[in-house]
Amino acid sequence: MQQKTTNHKAWFLVLPMLVLVAFSAVIPLMTVVNYSVQDTFGNNQFFWAGLEWFEEMLSDERMWNALQRQLMFSGIILAIEIPLGILVALNMPKSGFWSSFCLVVMSLPLLIPWNVVGTIWQIFGRVDIGLLGYTLDALGIHYNYTQDTISAWITIIVMDVWHWTSLVALLAFAGLKSIPDAYYQAARIDQASRWKVFRFIELPKMTGVLMIAILLRFMDSFMIYTEPFVVTGGGPGNATTLLSIDLVKMALGQFDLGPAAAFSLMYFLVILSISWVFYTVMVNLDKKGA
Amino acid sequence: MARITLDNLAHSYNPNAASERDYALKELNYEWEDGAAYALLGSSGCGKSTLLNIISGLLMPSQGRILFDGIDVTGAPTAERNIAQVFQFPVVYDTMTVHDNLAFPLRNRGHNETYVAERVQEIARMIGMEDMLRKKARGLGADAKQKISLGRGMVRKDVNALLFDEPLTVIDPHMKWELRTQLKKLHHDFGHTMIYVTHDQTEALTFADKVVVMYDGRVVQIGTPEELFERPAHTFVGYFIGSPGMNVIPAKVEGAKAYINGCEIALGAGYAPMDGKVEIGVRPEFARLSETDGLPVRVRRVEDAGRHKIIRAEFFGQDINIIADEDDPVRADMTRITFDPSRVNVYANDWRVAPESAEAA
Repeated sequence: MQQKTTNHKAWFLVLPMLVLVAFSAVIPLMTVVNYSVQDTFGNNQFFWAGLEWFEEMLSDERMWNALQRQLMFSGIILAIEIPLGILVALNMPKSGFWSSFCLVVMSLPLLIPWNVVGTIWQIFGRVDIGLLGYTLDALGIHYNYTQDTISAWITIIVMDVWHWTSLVALLAFAGLKSIPDAYYQAARIDQASRWKVFRFIELPKMTGVLMIAILLRFMDSFMIYTEPFVVTGGGPGNATTLLSIDLVKMALGQFDLGPAAAFSLMYFLVILSISWVFYTVMVNLDKKGA
Repeated sequence: MARITLDNLAHSYNPNAASERDYALKELNYEWEDGAAYALLGSSGCGKSTLLNIISGLLMPSQGRILFDGIDVTGAPTAERNIAQVFQFPVVYDTMTVHDNLAFPLRNRGHNETYVAERVQEIARMIGMEDMLRKKARGLGADAKQKISLGRGMVRKDVNALLFDEPLTVIDPHMKWELRTQLKKLHHDFGHTMIYVTHDQTEALTFADKVVVMYDGRVVQIGTPEELFERPAHTFVGYFIGSPGMNVIPAKVEGAKAYINGCEIALGAGYAPMDGKVEIGVRPEFARLSETDGLPVRVRRVEDAGRHKIIRAEFFGQDINIIADEDDPVRADMTRITFDPSRVNVYANDWRVAPESAEAA
């Protein structure tokens, strides 16, 4: 057996990293934890409140409604973006000039900042001056995202699909490109139909990247704030008030720091646990693949 | 099973091919006999995969026709040709069981399930995978996957030919031997027409009835392993087959004598006068070291290969190899070399010249 050397000075080497992480993550997070278990009547005086805020939030319909809207939003955009992204990837040219051209065009929406995307759609959808809103209105279709719940939902969903389907398509395309030609040749020899080629060759080979796409899109859409906030501001009424919009209203609008802190911790735990489930499923799939 | 005819076949990847050099596959006429096992042998880029892809229909030749049993299939797509192909990397449908993999080509062609089940059982027995039918294909090793690919090819009764594109490249050495033996046995038992592409001479020589040696887009010789060994039609065949390859030495040939730097060597037969680059080719197996006879040689190194010794020597400034038996003496005073006259081949411009008269050696 070799003797292990002990050198406590080595701790100094990790110190800068620890300080960095402390300031960027640990301290802010612990501040939130701190707020979530205390109450204040101003003057910077805090009282121990235990789990009261958590209990209050869990029995508060407001949070449940926001969560419901959030799940609906994430569910709908996943149900549209994943199949649509695969479809786009399947129909992209595999090589040559047009392949590169498509890749560049598709990555454009990904480069636009969130609030700009929101502003684009906010103006695009306006009934008085927006191209989309004006056209729909002129065609006699009832559309007004500031007054009508359905219109508001359609607008934020179409906006998200426009913004993020490219990401799914790019990932799926990468998965498709990695399939060796021999698979397609074998399928031709076996007289497999187009559907069977997709079902038994392309889809299984894309599973890995698709799991990543679903995970990324789920996390991102579950935390989405800027875009719907710029377009609808959470309205009409509370119709498009998603979790993060609600949280910001509570924390900064009403300055209810205690409930907001409890809210964010639970929000965080939900994202963490769902992502963990995804990750576990992915790793298991990989193991089976080996 | 089918007889495959290549009629004036040639292919160039360049659509405006002008000279012969632009052709990846130079003009070729040949008939592949029904039920025979062929190996296409050559180094990388010699056009063997091009030829295979033309036969399987993945590539449209730029010139000539290809016929299956006399019927022109040049323009027919892969699916209509009824061929099966085993690729370099095992291609299996990962999410399916072994059974479903084997059944896939039959189901796609609309056979009923009783027939499919029966056929799959039969094939599983042939490839020795009966007890694995319920397993998912993705967990299997490369050799098992390659067997599945092979089985998927053989499962159709009407398959015209089985094509193999370097199928053993990713297989472990000890499994290579087993798979090769199994393939040979399957060919023997069921008589499929098989075409096997490889750059490994051992694979080619042990597998095939006839080996097609390709060099620079051209078929340089088609023959049995014995013919390739004894009478290589091109210096490339002599060099490529055999370990080490044939010794090729520039010489002057007059009748039944060859001259190297003025020294005389007896040939097994007489030759007509020839032009161009003239060489003689002698396999290391038919060269012998001697104390007294033959031409001067300088031994540089002796490698002991276990069953025989390979002697690396210098012969008029040129490298030459000799294979000697394990028991043959190699001594410092052995400074001469002799060749077995009947085993000396004569080459003009790299192509073998047939002797004019068969004089007794």
